[in-house]
Amino acid sequence: MHELSVCQSFLAQVERIALAHNARTVDKIVVRIGPLSGVEIPLLRQAYPLACAGTVAENAELVTEIQPVRVACETCGAETNATVNRLLCGACGDYHTRLLSGDEMILASVELNVDAAEQLRDAG
Amino acid sequence: MCDTCGCNVTPGNEHLVRGRGKHAFTAEGKVAVEVLESLLSENDKQAVHNRAHLDKYGVLAVNLMSSPGAGKTTLLERTIDLLRDEYRIAVIEGDLETETDALRLRARGVAAIQITTGSACHLDAHMVHDALHKLRLAELDLLFIENVGNLVCPASFDLGHHLNVTLLSVTEGDDKPAKYPVMFRAADVMLLTKADLLPVIEEFDVGRATANLRNLASTIPVYSLSSKTEQGMQTWINWLHQQMAMQRKRLVGGETMRPRVQSDGKRLHGKEGAAPSAEA
Ligand SMILES: Nc1nc2c(ncn2[C@@H]2O[C@H](COP(=O)(O)OP(=O)(O)OP(=O)(O)O)[C@@H](O)[C@H]2O)c(=O)[nH]1
Ligand SMILES: [Mg+2]
Ligand SMILES: [Zn+2]
Ligand SMILES: [Zn+2]
Repeated sequence: MHELSVCQSFLAQVERIALAHNARTVDKIVVRIGPLSGVEIPLLRQAYPLACAGTVAENAELVTEIQPVRVACETCGAETNATVNRLLCGACGDYHTRLLSGDEMILASVELNVDAAEQLRDAG
Repeated sequence: MCDTCGCNVTPGNEHLVRGRGKHAFTAEGKVAVEVLESLLSENDKQAVHNRAHLDKYGVLAVNLMSSPGAGKTTLLERTIDLLRDEYRIAVIEGDLETETDALRLRARGVAAIQITTGSACHLDAHMVHDALHKLRLAELDLLFIENVGNLVCPASFDLGHHLNVTLLSVTEGDDKPAKYPVMFRAADVMLLTKADLLPVIEEFDVGRATANLRNLASTIPVYSLSSKTEQGMQTWINWLHQQMAMQRKRLVGGETMRPRVQSDGKRLHGKEGAAPSAEA
C-alpha cells in the first residue's frame, strides 16, 4: 500500500513543474504504469484524490496508461508478450530474457493552465 | 557531511521543464509538458545521494527484504558473528514499531540505528538518509539495512543501497516468487531460510521455488541456509566476500552499482537516472 507515497512523490514533481511555468492550475497528469512496477492502478486512483487535495493539481485529471509486459530473448532474439510471473521467451521458452516493457512507473506529461503572457514568454 | 555532498542541489530536471522543443500547446491553449521521469524521482534522487555518501567512504550497503518473520534479524546476528573480525559492520533497522531487533543486533556489538516512523510499509531513501547521518561511515565497511517485513512495497524503493537480498523461509511456500514477482525480480540473491525445517516441511520443494524464480527471467544465485544450524551459511558469507571485493574494485574505477529496483522499462522508455552506474 505505498500508492499514497507514490502519489505524493509525483505530485511534488508536478508542483515544481507548475511553479516553473507560473501555471495557475494543472489540468491533466499522464502516468505510464506497467504491471511489474509494483504500483496498482486502482489503488493509485484511490490514493490520488487524497494526495492532490490542496495542491496546484487539486482538480487535475489523472490519466493512467497501462504498459504491456514484453520481453526480448537473449537466446533466440525474439520479442514476445509475457505475463507478470512468466517472463519466458514466447518463441523458444528460455528464461534468459530482458524486459522490454512492463515495469514502468513514469510521469509522462502534465498539462498546465498558464496565463497568455506566460505562454508567449515560454514560446519566445 | 552534507555541506560537502550537496544535499540541496537543485532538481536535475530544470532543463526538461524549461527546455525548448519539450513544450506543445494543446488546442485549448494549455501548455503540455513532457516529463518522462520516474514517479518516484523524489525518492530516486535522494537514493543517488545516499549512494554517493556510501561510495565516498567505501561502504557496501545490502538491503534485506522478506515477509515478516522470515529470519532477517536472526540471519544478521549469525552473519555479524562470522564477519565481525573482518569487516566493520552496522545495521539500519526498519522494525518500525519496536526497538527489539536493534537491541538484538547491538547485543552483537555493532551499531544499529532504528528507524522509527510508525506504521510505514516500507523504508524510503529519505528515512535511510537520516539514519546514515547517525552513523560514522568513515569507520564502516559493510552496512545492512533490514527493511520492513513485507513482500510488496519495499521492492519499489531504491534506498541508495547496492544489493538486494530477498529471503524466503521454507515455511512460507515455494510459490512466493510467482505471487510476488516484483519483489523477487528485484533480488540480487535469493536465500531460502530456515532450511533446517525442510525435512519436516515436505510441501516446500527447493527446485520448484527456484523454477518459479527462473520464470521471472532471473538468473541470480539461490542459496538454502539455516541460521539455527548454520548449514549453508558459508556459501552466503562467501557471496558477501565476493560482493565486497567487487564493490572495492568498482570504487577504484570510480563506478557505483544500483540495486535491481531501478526498472529496465524506465531506462528504455524514460529518462536515464542521474547515477553513474555499472550494472552488475
Ligand atoms: N528453525 C529456524 N527458525 C529460525 C531460523 N531463523 C529464524 N528463525 C526463527 O524465526 C522467527 C523470526 O525470526 P526473525 O529473525 O526475528 O525474523 P525477521 O524476518 O527479522 O522478522 P521481522 O523483523 O519481524 O519481519 C524467530 O522465532 C526465529 O528464531 C532458522 O534458520 N531456523
Ligand atoms: Mg527482524
Ligand atoms: Zn527465445
Ligand atoms: Zn547528505
